[in-house]
Amino acid sequence: MDPAPCSVRLAVRDAIRTLSSSEDGACISATLGSLKGYLGDAEGPPLPSEKAEFARLHFSPLLRCLVGRLSPDWLELLPAGQLEELWASFFLEGPADQAFLVLMEAIEGTAGPSYRLRKLAQLLERFLRAGRVAVLAAARCQQQTQPGSALLQETLLRKVACLPDLLSNRLQHESPALFLPQGYFPLLAEELVRALHTVADALRGGTDCSLAFASQLLGKVCIHGRRKQLLDVLVPRLAALTQDDGLWQRVCWHLMERVPDRAMEAVLMGLIEAAPGPEVLSRLLGSLVLKSKKAQYVMTRKALFQHQCTTAVLQSLLGYLAADSRRRPLLVQALKELLETWGSRSAVRHTPLSQQLHVAKAILVCLARLGEAELQDIREELLASMMAGIHNHLDSSLPSVRHLGMVVAEVLSARLHPEGPPLKFQYEEDELTRELLALVAPRPADGGPSASGLPTAPATTGTPADDGRDVGMPQGPPDGADSELDSDDEFVPYDMSGDQQLRSSKAPVYIRDCLEALLTSEDWERWEAALRAVQGLIYRSPAATREVSVELAQALLHMEEKTCVAGFEGLRRAGLVAITVTDPARVAEYLTAQFYALNYSLRQRMDILDVLTLAAHELSRPGRGSAASRRGAPGPGGRGEPALSGSQLSGVAPAGWRAVVEERIRNKTRRFSKGSSRLDPVCSPNEFNAVAGCFFFPLIQRFDRPLVTFDLLGDDHLVLGRLAHTLGALMYLAVNTTAALPMGRALLEFVWALRFHTDAYVRQGLLSAIASILLSIPKGQLLGGLAEELLEARAWLAGVAEEDPDGDCRALAVRALLLTEKLRDSFLPSLCP
Amino acid sequence: MAAPTLPRPQPDPQFVLRGTQSAVHALHFCREAQGQGCQLLLSGSLSGLVHVWSLQTRRALATLDGHEGQCVTWLQTLPHGHQLLSQGRDQRLCLWDLAEGRNAIVDSVHLKSVGFCRSTVLARAPPRWMLAMPGGGNDEVEILEMPSKTSVCTLKPEAGAKLGMPMCLELWQQADSSPRPRLLTGYEDGSVALWDVSERKVYSRIACHTEPVMGLDFDSQKSRGVSGSAEKALAVWSLDEQQALKVCRTHELTNPGIADVVIRPDRKLLATAGWDHRVRIFHWRTMKPLAVLDFHTSAVNCVAFASDGLLAAGSGDRRISVWSLYQCT
Repeated sequence: MDPAPCSVRLAVRDAIRTLSSSEDGACISATLGSLKGYLGDAEGPPLPSEKAEFARLHFSPLLRCLVGRLSPDWLELLPAGQLEELWASFFLEGPADQAFLVLMEAIEGTAGPSYRLRKLAQLLERFLRAGRVAVLAAARCQQQTQPGSALLQETLLRKVACLPDLLSNRLQHESPALFLPQGYFPLLAEELVRALHTVADALRGGTDCSLAFASQLLGKVCIHGRRKQLLDVLVPRLAALTQDDGLWQRVCWHLMERVPDRAMEAVLMGLIEAAPGPEVLSRLLGSLVLKSKKAQYVMTRKALFQHQCTTAVLQSLLGYLAADSRRRPLLVQALKELLETWGSRSAVRHTPLSQQLHVAKAILVCLARLGEAELQDIREELLASMMAGIHNHLDSSLPSVRHLGMVVAEVLSARLHPEGPPLKFQYEEDELTRELLALVAPRPADGGPSASGLPTAPATTGTPADDGRDVGMPQGPPDGADSELDSDDEFVPYDMSGDQQLRSSKAPVYIRDCLEALLTSEDWERWEAALRAVQGLIYRSPAATREVSVELAQALLHMEEKTCVAGFEGLRRAGLVAITVTDPARVAEYLTAQFYALNYSLRQRMDILDVLTLAAHELSRPGRGSAASRRGAPGPGGRGEPALSGSQLSGVAPAGWRAVVEERIRNKTRRFSKGSSRLDPVCSPNEFNAVAGCFFFPLIQRFDRPLVTFDLLGDDHLVLGRLAHTLGALMYLAVNTTAALPMGRALLEFVWALRFHTDAYVRQGLLSAIASILLSIPKGQLLGGLAEELLEARAWLAGVAEEDPDGDCRALAVRALLLTEKLRDSFLPSLCP
Repeated sequence: MAAPTLPRPQPDPQFVLRGTQSAVHALHFCREAQGQGCQLLLSGSLSGLVHVWSLQTRRALATLDGHEGQCVTWLQTLPHGHQLLSQGRDQRLCLWDLAEGRNAIVDSVHLKSVGFCRSTVLARAPPRWMLAMPGGGNDEVEILEMPSKTSVCTLKPEAGAKLGMPMCLELWQQADSSPRPRLLTGYEDGSVALWDVSERKVYSRIACHTEPVMGLDFDSQKSRGVSGSAEKALAVWSLDEQQALKVCRTHELTNPGIADVVIRPDRKLLATAGWDHRVRIFHWRTMKPLAVLDFHTSAVNCVAFASDGLLAAGSGDRRISVWSLYQCT
């Protein structure tokens, strides 16, 4: 047996005995002093082999003994805290892993707040601040793997990674700031960098190292959800270190490669989010995505299809894939898969809009990153996905989904057929489309500094161009050839906005002439003039209109835009609304019958719905009745013209004279007492009352009977959505009418039949219909007549509010639920606190 | 200057003269013969009457009836002797003596043309003056020496030119050393030709419109002229030293049809009479549109500027509107 270990064991045994029993300060101090000899690097009596023996076998028991002795009396055996200093130095200078473990063990073993716990916590804080964790990590990295150390390693990892949790269990409110996650993890990141420094130096020195401990630590922290706090500090440091140092890059790559598979997703997502751009990401990850299956799966699938990352993150991720020729096939593959998802019918229908937006963004970024040749190789597949995708997107009733489809298809087809005629859809530019299009706009070459400001790059390039245009505009055509002295300042132009195309004065004066012109006229000027005059004529002579109301409605409904008339749709609709308001019962009967008739286009059917809604709105407008009775004789200028009619007739209201006269009288009249001089709003019955049923019931009766050309429950779900919205609006406008209750009952049945419709737009219509039922029908009747149906509807609403993929649907359902809550509260005030 | 403000609202006419009882087809400003010589406005109407309006009282002072109920298409006073020339569709050019309150026809010339082409005069050494009027042949212009009524020449385009009827005439001479009378003629085919009267030949011709030229005016100082036609554009053309006409620019209008174009005597403004019921005002040098006077309810047939800058417009709605815009300085 080797004599040296034996002597160490004896020495330590003696020391421990002395320490555990002695109350003599000097003796303890001397014992500790002699033991310290084993710790230092200095040449001294203990041989290096003895030191190793001590560190390996006897250090932990000694520390445990020291911890065990910790008490106020014991520390005061020597004056001025000498003993405490000596005691602490063992922890701070000895092997860091053992010291750390013993400390943690002691803290965890201490029950409740006490002097001992406080001292131990202070010591741990000193331990952390002294950078011992870096020493610990570096030591673990440099150590050769020993059999049986896996358990120790695992314990160490757990304690280092979960230190804030473990400590706050013990210390509770007394945790120092350093032990809180926001203090600890940045420190841990710094320590990790320092450990890596040590490793890098060792590698430079030719020593073999393994980064497994650091990688596992990184993975563990990320898995525990602290990735942001850790990586926000770690990534910038590593980015700076790897800037132009090949060794450091290799260290980083190894660090990432050794991350255990189960932690890979957390680490990678954290890295991509924290990295300022694709270049940094490439430096940190190297070809990780090619080496690790898990990393590839995370980066090409999970990040693109499951997570919803910001645009900058997408740019980083896809930029990383595009940065290396070996990784580019992955990008191509990703684009193919993305397009497949984008084009899939079920994805369009059932995924929430935000997810679809994310996929569309990823596609556009991919397209911007891919070259012409790569796209041409997979052109056929892309085309196939695109065609299916366009169809599915355009089929959707939600405008944002349609816009997404249009933008992606436009960009894609422009890239696939750069020489062919561009595909161009008509959509209004809004924030969404502008953001999407900015993604494919050519960006400045990705240099180092610009990488950090990716999202702002398009904005900054955009402004100078705008400025240039603004400056360029007002200059006008230069005319400096004629240098005469007179200046143009005196010739300030007058307003010339009235200089419009001259219209011939062929406007009809009587409603029958107007009808005849609309029906038969071959003279387009006359036809246009009649179209422009029709609304005014209807309001001026309601009696004459009633004689021909249905014919006129028919003429307007079947009218085609023969010539390019500005505002044709508006004029026609205004005319139809005017007729419907003037002769509601008969025209509504006609229109609702036509809605379910055979030979109409979807556009016409939706026009019918619009007209009915607008007319109902006009009829139910408060104060309208009195105005209508005063209108009686066709006077000049048509007083009391409905608000919807716009400025079709004379621009200035001649009725202004009445206000002027009243104002004069008021000025000239002295009043002795001021009463309410305001006119109360005139009370009048809701004109919609009498005809609400004519509008409503014919529409709701036949929605489930498909025609050859019109199948509401099939392909024409857009019209069904409009129908649901219209019925809801009619219900809402029928407030305070006698027909409200039967209407509500019918509408609830309608909603019940369609409640699981796949189209979000239809569901939105149904939900708003429910809300209008709750608003329109008096509460008493609602509970009396519809209680059962409402209970059922409420259960459905609750389901929609939680599970519907469409955000608008959820919001509408929540609103409707709130209305039902209000209803319940008003009846059961005692039940709700 | 401060930030750009809203454009000034459309101006209103200073006053409106009513009472011609038929469409107004000719307008001319002149000075009253006696007294302090206040401004008069002469108007010729569709019913063959010439009204003499006082711009002070804004009433008709006299009515001259000399065209047998046929439309009066052109009015012009001679710079000497208070004489008025009026052209009517009864194929007569009448010379009226307006001095001392008289209004009698002192002379008349028979027109061989039945068209709408207005004549033009050039006052040379008084009392002689030159008159250009549409001639008997379809495409001819006749030049007369007045008051002797001797025919100087007949300007006939070379055979096969197919210019059509002359539609408007403008006699002028250069102020410099060689005062040779020139005649600008707008033809039915949309071209404008410059004639040298003494040599009876065309200096230059440009096709600046595709429709008949309805009116033209020429600024001899700047050697620039403008013509309007039945189409939707105004043409501005210039005359260079080689006596060649060339188009400077065309100005697109909102509505087609220009009945008359007049440059203000101080050569700063241009007014056009439009079939779209509107009078348009342009800055003559830059052709910048300045105003669109939308007052009449029927086509505007004629516009005229007074020497002080007053603008009159006569329209088919039987009214004469008088405007005061951008005062002469």
